[in-house]
Amino acid sequence: MPHSYLKSAFAAGVVTGLVSLGAATSAQAEDLTLCWAAWDPANALVALSKDFEAKSGHKISFEFVPWPNFADRMLNELNSGGKLCDLMIGDSQWIGGAAENGQYVKLNDFFDKEGIKMSDFIPATVTGYSEWPKGTPNYWALPAFGDVVGWSYRKDWFSRPELQAEFKQKYGHDLAVPKTFEELKHIAEFFQGRVIDGKTVYGAAIYTERGSEGITMGAMDVLYSYGFEYQNPEKPYELEGYVNSDKSVKGLEFYKELYNCCAPPGSSDAYMSENIDAYKSGQVALQMNFAFTWPGINADPNVGGDKSGYFPNPAGQDGKQFAQLGGQGISVVAISEKQDAALEYIKWFAQPDVQAKWWQLGGYSALRAVVEDPGFAKSQPYAQTFLDSMAIVKDFWAEPSYASLLQASQKRFHNYVIAGQGTAKEALDGLVADWKAIFEDEGKY
Amino acid sequence: MLDSSAGRAVGETPPVVSKSVSKRRQGVSDRAIAWLFVAPSIFLLLAVNIFPLIWTVRLSFTNFRVNRPNAEVQFVGLKNYISVLTDGDIWQTMQATAHFLIWTIVLQVLIGFALAYLINKKFRGNDLWTTIIVLPMMLSPAVVGNFWTFLYQPQIGLFNYAVGYLTGTDPSAFSMIGDVSLAPWAIVIVDTWMWTPFVMLICLAGLRSIPSSIYEAAECDRASKWRQFWTITIPMVLPFLMLAVLFRGIENFKMFDLVVQLTGGGPGSITELTSINLKREAFEKWRTGYASAYAVILFVTVFGLASIYVKALNKVKQR
Repeated sequence: MPHSYLKSAFAAGVVTGLVSLGAATSAQAEDLTLCWAAWDPANALVALSKDFEAKSGHKISFEFVPWPNFADRMLNELNSGGKLCDLMIGDSQWIGGAAENGQYVKLNDFFDKEGIKMSDFIPATVTGYSEWPKGTPNYWALPAFGDVVGWSYRKDWFSRPELQAEFKQKYGHDLAVPKTFEELKHIAEFFQGRVIDGKTVYGAAIYTERGSEGITMGAMDVLYSYGFEYQNPEKPYELEGYVNSDKSVKGLEFYKELYNCCAPPGSSDAYMSENIDAYKSGQVALQMNFAFTWPGINADPNVGGDKSGYFPNPAGQDGKQFAQLGGQGISVVAISEKQDAALEYIKWFAQPDVQAKWWQLGGYSALRAVVEDPGFAKSQPYAQTFLDSMAIVKDFWAEPSYASLLQASQKRFHNYVIAGQGTAKEALDGLVADWKAIFEDEGKY
Repeated sequence: MLDSSAGRAVGETPPVVSKSVSKRRQGVSDRAIAWLFVAPSIFLLLAVNIFPLIWTVRLSFTNFRVNRPNAEVQFVGLKNYISVLTDGDIWQTMQATAHFLIWTIVLQVLIGFALAYLINKKFRGNDLWTTIIVLPMMLSPAVVGNFWTFLYQPQIGLFNYAVGYLTGTDPSAFSMIGDVSLAPWAIVIVDTWMWTPFVMLICLAGLRSIPSSIYEAAECDRASKWRQFWTITIPMVLPFLMLAVLFRGIENFKMFDLVVQLTGGGPGSITELTSINLKREAFEKWRTGYASAYAVILFVTVFGLASIYVKALNKVKQR
């Protein structure tokens, strides 16, 4: 009997030991899944994260979804309580809904504990990617990837003397980086249908996509600079006279004119990848796109290097100059059972040396220590344009109902700009009605 | 006759079946066994089809939003149904769906029947042509949608090139999926290209089911080919044609993937079919209650129309 007791005790000890060891091992090494969009910066993040794996012992798996399906797939994941993602680099507009519905972990205590200060990041990215409610020190994400809409252009075409002379004669100003949207349109018109090196080229690849967010992200760049406001700054959710102001109407009319005069044929549903294709294949002189595309353009054998230049959104009719904010923050998914390891990743990612390497690999760091470094502006041909653009950003609604608000603008803008139905005034009046109905439904009035 | 115990080894005792087991076996009726066999299927059907349907009906009377788990769910009565039925945008998507549905069915039936009629004639390479013709319907709709966007591309698209070649117009002067007047036809053309072979196969089955003796009798009566076609072929193939119309009608009423890949519902909302609009309401705007009411209305519409149609089909078959 004592013998069997000893055997049982030994066996129990071994089992307990193994279980404890297993628990200890799992506490030390987790298999984290990071969810993001499938695009060039995601590849850079995979390379960057190898350092984290080596240092922490955790393994990082990635779930990347192409942009047109990114919101659908990931919001489904969050809303259904799926456990696929431990870390989410979600779009800036998701922050309101994710915060209010408890889908992201609030990071204030973690930031305080680890000494991570939001003042160390570009203010626009903190507001855009991390805060909810906006303008309050409630943080749900760490700014992960700074992005903004800007332009790339064919510097080699611009520098041709015969084209410069012809352009100057026709428009009365130099064929150079445009200072206003009017000048940009002149350039686009000038190149539209022109034969360069035996090939017909076109003016400008702009955002026209209907399904997700494309045409809104494009039209807003012009609308902001023409004087569009989302609401009365003094009275939130008062839209009448701001969304559909005369200046907004002019801005939307301009965007339609730009599409009609100067977009390549067949670009009625173009977003990021279509514009990259149009530009890299040498079809267009100008390309509207997010800054994330610039490293790829710079490295491209056909249009890269000295052949391309970059500039921020030009000014509107009153000299105002704004750009649509892109980019994302990195958040910990509240339903994740590996939150400690996920927070460890964020702590590691926030370090200045990691952020510096992030920029070197092609990721746009939002850390001020990186972008305010004296060598930053000259570190890449597009670095200065990135800084200039980030200084003039505005973002779309980040309300929990952002998806409904976005679908309304997608429909109204596409109906007017691409389908040519109604007037700009009617489109914006309709948008006011749609947005009011959504906010009424939300109990904002 | 060999005794059943003869084959057993010496000393082996025969299996004893207890009286109770035997009684139980006898007690299971054929009906019970039948239920046992179909029970798993019925359970699955209830779990996968009927329960979600009932749940959808329930949600359609609430303001539930799946992305607001913390919000209070309120009963809103018929509000969602009234909103759906009075929404001008939804009627616009209904019109787009009707245009798509009617034209795809008309074209597919006409071309499908014509192809079946030709294929039914014995000629050299008959089987090869049949295989080639049915290839499009074997492809994934998403793939078809994707490659037709290239065919419709104004600068490099073969479709535009062919139209330009035939009509003498500039291929890049028109955009099939970017033009408001052309886009509704662009999706009709692609669906017709893809699904006409399906209609053809059904018609072919119908044509091959007509006994040759009927034609021989008609020949003896000196009926012309034209008369044979209208009095023998068409009436006998009609049930098959009607079946094809039913299948294509139901499929195209819920058309989604092909059109999303081709046009995304654009330009504007010209090609936004009801299924695309419903998906946007349910999974982009997350208006779950409203989308449920929308889905119920569509379900009742399709179910009602299909039931009427099936009755008509049965009458035709009984003639």
